[in-house]
Amino acid sequence: MKILVTAKRVEDAESKIRVNPQGTGIVPEGLKYKINPFDEIAVEEGLRLVAKHGGEVVVVSIGGKEVQEQLRHALAMGAHKAVWVNHAGALDQLAIAALLAKVVEAEKPDLAILGKQSIDDDQNQVGQYLAEFLGWGQATFASKVESLESDAEKGKHPGVMLSADGKAVVVVREVDNGLATVECQMPAVVTTDLRLNLPRYASLPGIMKAKSKPIQELTPAGLGVDVTPKVVIQKMVPPPARKAGIKVPDVATLVDKLKNEAKVV
Amino acid sequence: MLSGHGLFGEEHDAFRRTVRAVVQKELRPFAREWEERQEFPRALFTRFGELGFLGLKYPEEYGGSNAGELYEAVLLEELARCGSGGVSAGLGAQFTIATAPLHRYGTDAQKRRWLVPAIRGERIGALGVTEPDAGSDVAGLRTTARRDGDHYVVNGSKLYITNGVRADFVVLAVKSDPGAGHSGLSMLVVERGTPGFGVSRRLEKLGWRASDTAELHLEDCRVPVANLLGREGEGFAQIMGNFQWERLSLALGALGAADELLETSLQYVKDRHAFGKPLAAFQVLRHRLAEMATDLECARQLTYHALRLHVGGEYAIAQTSMAKKVATEMCCRMADQALQLHGGAGYMMELDIQRHWRDARLGPIGGGTSEIMNEIIAKQLGI
Repeated sequence: MKILVTAKRVEDAESKIRVNPQGTGIVPEGLKYKINPFDEIAVEEGLRLVAKHGGEVVVVSIGGKEVQEQLRHALAMGAHKAVWVNHAGALDQLAIAALLAKVVEAEKPDLAILGKQSIDDDQNQVGQYLAEFLGWGQATFASKVESLESDAEKGKHPGVMLSADGKAVVVVREVDNGLATVECQMPAVVTTDLRLNLPRYASLPGIMKAKSKPIQELTPAGLGVDVTPKVVIQKMVPPPARKAGIKVPDVATLVDKLKNEAKVV
Repeated sequence: MLSGHGLFGEEHDAFRRTVRAVVQKELRPFAREWEERQEFPRALFTRFGELGFLGLKYPEEYGGSNAGELYEAVLLEELARCGSGGVSAGLGAQFTIATAPLHRYGTDAQKRRWLVPAIRGERIGALGVTEPDAGSDVAGLRTTARRDGDHYVVNGSKLYITNGVRADFVVLAVKSDPGAGHSGLSMLVVERGTPGFGVSRRLEKLGWRASDTAELHLEDCRVPVANLLGREGEGFAQIMGNFQWERLSLALGALGAADELLETSLQYVKDRHAFGKPLAAFQVLRHRLAEMATDLECARQLTYHALRLHVGGEYAIAQTSMAKKVATEMCCRMADQALQLHGGAGYMMELDIQRHWRDARLGPIGGGTSEIMNEIIAKQLGI
């Protein structure tokens, strides 16, 4: 089978993110970047599925030439080839999904596995748009029945499974009140939640092999996609600083404050 | 703030990110606990074996990846960031000093017996050179090995042996010809459980507390002649052969730890306010941090220079000794300055700085003291 996965370049969660004084974006100086952790889980799940069923994993990223670093990372983890959509400017979720849809049409994968969201803007839209554009079924927030400390995880069993006839994908989804299992005919779009797997490290042999794996370069114009943003960020403001809490001397005061000041009980 | 030095390529950087992730997820969160317990789990050796970190410079036929010493240099720098000198020392000893003589001087059979399981992390190794009465003066070692048929009968003791308490094998420097000086030395592999070989005590240390450091004793210990590395009398050259890498490894570890301390200090002066402004706004502190960064950069450039010569195949004994001395002493200054910058908090056990401060102090002592380094440098000057 062929699986397409995504590898968005995002700010490292360890970096300190600051909004610039004009409120037009964040201060890029001193930031470190990495692959979106949800996408890294998607890459891992793709690799586990092809380890079990055979096939190949194609990784896609959209951005300037710096996103090749994230593609190389996915290749070093074990992905077989990479597609780089070269575009340096801003993109909204619709444009990203439209570009991915074109890549999918060219690559014809059985499954497209994406992180459910990226940790920069936390939009959680692209997977759903992509399924709509392609007319495919979707199974979002793929999770696992077993814990990430379980033997199944240590044995690198995939959390996303194929049905007995191999024509559908069976996905456990994380929902508000627990886990729901859905079955979806392939080809399909799956988006990954945090509790699906623990991604492998890029091993040294993997890093060496990644050097000679191909990265195919595409452009929005070449794919015939108009990427003019329909959604524009007007202003960015940092969240208000948290006020210091107070200490109460006893339970009675606490109850009084909850009742009369906070009015929550 | 990494400067352009042209030593590491894209793949080294990618490998550095992998090691950094491993250190961050699997070592750092537990460093304090292991330091307090004065031991890190034995399973870390097998984990490092699994990750391929114990055989970076060894041939593939023995389970290594034949990637070279530059990758090991990256590993050593990043490992030192884990916050526990003991963890990096214990794991580091396995690939920098314990297995290196096996790789260089062992026969195929010896490599299969000890090197292969050591690269997998299934067997822990130690190097036993120092004794109660001799360290860098290796010609003065007193542990003897007297030939008796197919065996050597070994008598003596070894001191400050990293991984010595739980080592499955020790690569031991012995006097096979007690009458001779340098030419009477040989290297023998002694396995745990050999009658007459044992641990006298586990040593208490100022720093590196998570690593086990032992005094070993050998009393009429019969070691098969098949355990001799190379030929009798080659011990001196064999010991010297790996000193360069051992000293570079200590310099590289000092760079990693110092870089971590500098980053911690930079963060602190930005976050901590006094007299209505961040510490970073006080010129005296800005300049101190500038000096700390410069101090680190000097040591880094000298170490990388020695490393470049070394991986290029030169026997860069002067530069390596200089780098070892400069980098380890710099790390002591860095830890001391970082502690001072943190004020009262720096003196508290709950921060990692005190541990770095204690751990760093070993640098100018282990693997040959700064005074010994100066002696070597002086000799290279022809005096």
